[in-house]
Amino acid sequence: MIRESYLNTFVLALLIAVPAWAVVANEPFTITLATRAVIFALAATGLNIALGLGGMVSLGHAVFFGIGGYAMGILAHHAQTYTPLMDGLFLIEGTKSMPVIWLVAMVTSGIAALLIGLVSLRTGGVYFIMITLAFGQMFYYFSISWATYGGEDGLSIYLRNDFPGLNTLVPINFFAICFTILLIVLLLNALIAKSPFGLALNAARQVPQRAEAVGLNPQRLKLVAFVISGVITGLAGALFADLNRFVSPTMFSWQTSGEIMIFIILGGVARLCGPVVGAVVFVMLEHVLGDLSDYWHIYLGVLLLLVVMFVRGGIVGLIAGKHVAHD
Amino acid sequence: MKLKTLALSAALMALAGGASADGHGVKVGMITTLSGGGAGLGIDVRDGFMLAIAQSGRDDIEVIIEDDQRKPDVAVQLADKMIQAENVDVMTGIIWSNLAMAVVPSATAQGKFYLSPNAGPSALAGAGCHENYFNVAWQNDNLHEAAGAHATSAGYTNSFILAPNYPAGQDALTGYKRTYEGALAGEIFTQLGQTDYAAEIAQIRASDADSVFFFLPGGMGISFLKQYADSGIDLPVVGPAFSFDQGILQAVGDAALGVVNTSQWNKDIDNPTNAAFVETFQAEYDRLPSLYASQGFDTANLLISALETASPSDADAFRAALQAADFDSTRGDFAFGPNHHPIQDIYAREVIKEGDIYTNKIIGVALENHGDAYAGDCSF
Amino acid sequence: MTTLLIIEQVLNGLQFGIMLFLMAAGLTLIFGVMGLINLAHGSLYMVGAFAAAAVAGLTGSFVLALMAAMAAAAIAGVLVETVVIRRLYAADHLDQVLATFALILIFSEGTRWVFGSFPLFLNIPAYLSGPITLPGGIEYPLYRLFLIGIGLLVAAGLGLLITRTRIGIQIRAGENDREMIAALGVDISRLYTLVFALGAALAGLAGALVGAIQSVQVGMGEPVLILAFVVIVIGGIGSIKGALIGSILVGLTDTLGGIFLPQLFKLFMEPATAQTSGSALASMAIYILMAAVLIWRPTGLFGARA
Repeated sequence: MIRESYLNTFVLALLIAVPAWAVVANEPFTITLATRAVIFALAATGLNIALGLGGMVSLGHAVFFGIGGYAMGILAHHAQTYTPLMDGLFLIEGTKSMPVIWLVAMVTSGIAALLIGLVSLRTGGVYFIMITLAFGQMFYYFSISWATYGGEDGLSIYLRNDFPGLNTLVPINFFAICFTILLIVLLLNALIAKSPFGLALNAARQVPQRAEAVGLNPQRLKLVAFVISGVITGLAGALFADLNRFVSPTMFSWQTSGEIMIFIILGGVARLCGPVVGAVVFVMLEHVLGDLSDYWHIYLGVLLLLVVMFVRGGIVGLIAGKHVAHD
Repeated sequence: MKLKTLALSAALMALAGGASADGHGVKVGMITTLSGGGAGLGIDVRDGFMLAIAQSGRDDIEVIIEDDQRKPDVAVQLADKMIQAENVDVMTGIIWSNLAMAVVPSATAQGKFYLSPNAGPSALAGAGCHENYFNVAWQNDNLHEAAGAHATSAGYTNSFILAPNYPAGQDALTGYKRTYEGALAGEIFTQLGQTDYAAEIAQIRASDADSVFFFLPGGMGISFLKQYADSGIDLPVVGPAFSFDQGILQAVGDAALGVVNTSQWNKDIDNPTNAAFVETFQAEYDRLPSLYASQGFDTANLLISALETASPSDADAFRAALQAADFDSTRGDFAFGPNHHPIQDIYAREVIKEGDIYTNKIIGVALENHGDAYAGDCSF
Repeated sequence: MTTLLIIEQVLNGLQFGIMLFLMAAGLTLIFGVMGLINLAHGSLYMVGAFAAAAVAGLTGSFVLALMAAMAAAAIAGVLVETVVIRRLYAADHLDQVLATFALILIFSEGTRWVFGSFPLFLNIPAYLSGPITLPGGIEYPLYRLFLIGIGLLVAAGLGLLITRTRIGIQIRAGENDREMIAALGVDISRLYTLVFALGAALAGLAGALVGAIQSVQVGMGEPVLILAFVVIVIGGIGSIKGALIGSILVGLTDTLGGIFLPQLFKLFMEPATAQTSGSALASMAIYILMAAVLIWRPTGLFGARA
């Protein structure tokens, strides 16, 4: 058994080392893959705050991922075509600036998380899983028929958006941006888990009655966690859209929600770096198995099955033992 | 890396007894759908394409094939890989419009050539056209326009039309209405992926329509046709070839018999290239070729013809060679319009049964030398 | 729009609902008794349809095809239950989601590997095809009436099974208190396998019946799976009655929404916009219904209080 903090350090170091090697070896596609893994890790870290800390099994996080994606798509589309986003009361222009896009993505997905959370948290257990799934489907079907922004075809952005002082078209620069954001969010996640809010949330998850008895409001705690979670996944969505320079309703699909959840389960629920490990392993599997045969989904399925049947607590659990830091 | 570099072509080459000395080598990146629900189409395009490459006897065409799983983000990623890591010259293979919209604009912006063997979204034919993008199949509206033209010439005056509520579906109805001159008994947008059409069929029955036009690709079309046949309504049905293709006709069965559908290709088009294609495809893969296979085959032959005169490294000359379209297509006369989309005949076909196999036969030309409606908006 | 057409559309909604019920009944049973979220239920539906198509192709008999569908799905179900699912009853919902998601991948690509990438042929037998005229002059496909009949039969059969038989008593007891019935000497693991096989057979039957008027293709199960989840959540998990009422509600909402929402929008919009936005709202309608029901009753219409 290795201590979890060593494992975390190792994983993050690996995520720096591999792209650095790729720059030297001139393998830009490896950097693209690493960026994809980092962005998925970020999305899953967002979900892990709701799922791991708050015990809310959301099968609808694709909503926030998609909203983030469309925030990027819509703003950049208007900037690219020089059409105003809105010229009613105010004139709102599109933008190609990443920080502005991120802000919009986070605010809009935060609002969506607040509204969805308010409704969904009235239920619990399986009903919570299913009502979040229902919201995901609503957004999915809406985006398919929303002709203004491409419907099922989605929106294509020809050039990646700008970040002050960096050429984002160079793969390693964009990777650096995403990786830095992931580090900041992981740090925040660790702080939240140890903060009074995190401890209260943990209590609300494990014994809601007792939490209530000491004057905490479990519902409100969970709602706040759900919103934070949605904001982070929304930010990941904006980055994912920028990675592909493309956004489409697939980002809203229930399969996307499922995949984000799978990263966490694969890596280890409520582990700080569980989502990171899960996302990295999943992206690697996808890449390696895809080369084996046209029927590679079978191998992927069997591997996932083996993990779930024989490796309780995900990969982090397997390596670092059963102890969960904040319990 | 899934480098399925052509062993087949090499083998045939050895049989042919040596490499062709002239011509220019090229690296082709093919992104297509090989796994999951829509895999049949991608497999056909791939097989048709590879057949032509093998028959050309050239060993200097390297084809890298990757599976996009019908996911736009995967397709974009594969395109990045082919451009950044494999450094391909020409790209091809995408089946679906939404994937094409995700990949093509950025690939052509990075100076790559893209030859589309299937998807032809209107955005890439009009204002969003690009000099390096060539469509070897059709503009998305074309087959629907042909269906409208056929309906007009068949004397239909009151059509009931339906398609799924997504961009290609909306384009389909627009395309039909562009050439259809009669009135509309009804116009319905169904849900994408819908499988039960009882409600729509009831509306058709209640209307005073004299014909039905539908665009429901894949499983949706199979479901609709079976349920329509069972409903007892006997109004004539017209549709684009996508729901009547070799791959899915067997799954529809008798319900499709007699339906008129429009296509730029059929296996009975009478020219030597087509006859040889149908025969060799069957011999090689042990099944009848589909529309998609013919498009893959033509795409490869276009590429080969251009390579005879120019190399992709000389972009202007190679583009001119592609534009000339100096190859024998399976569909007879083929030329590119000003926006690099086909100008070709589109036929009306009827579904028939040959022995135990359901297939199509040509009953007439629906539109002659037909281009597309968006060419005017395109300037390179 | 005439009254007759409206009646016909209500019938269509009812029929769509009953089709969903066949799928949802097995799902809710498995969920209620074992607390298992089975995402692979749609794969069993697909297995049923493919088995039916294969057997109908070989023998030409629709009855044999239906039996083969139920048998194949039940066998697949028992296999899955004993090899995989059995280890997951104690695990939380998350592990179940991941495991059954993995099963979807295996089933889908496995089926494509065996049967190829193109849809299969399965048709209505001659004696059930074509329309018949109902009182009032509605022409309605016989096969769809047959579907309604089968669905109601299954509902009645399940109702009897649950309320009148020994197994039913064990099932109900199992839903209430798992440890207790084990303590009472019921072989719980045999009961679970049995319930899982029953649920799987129902899914297989649904796949075969629906496959005859739809497309038998890889991936056909997942859209229905999502709808079936919507149904059992609306009805209340574990309740057969809830599943029946939930599926009829969903069937009617989906069918009537698709017809009337665009018409409604035409009252205050131009026709083209009304058509697309009406259809867009219609495709979201059942999910809005589900959210509304859960806001009103957080455990569904007939669900036990959590």
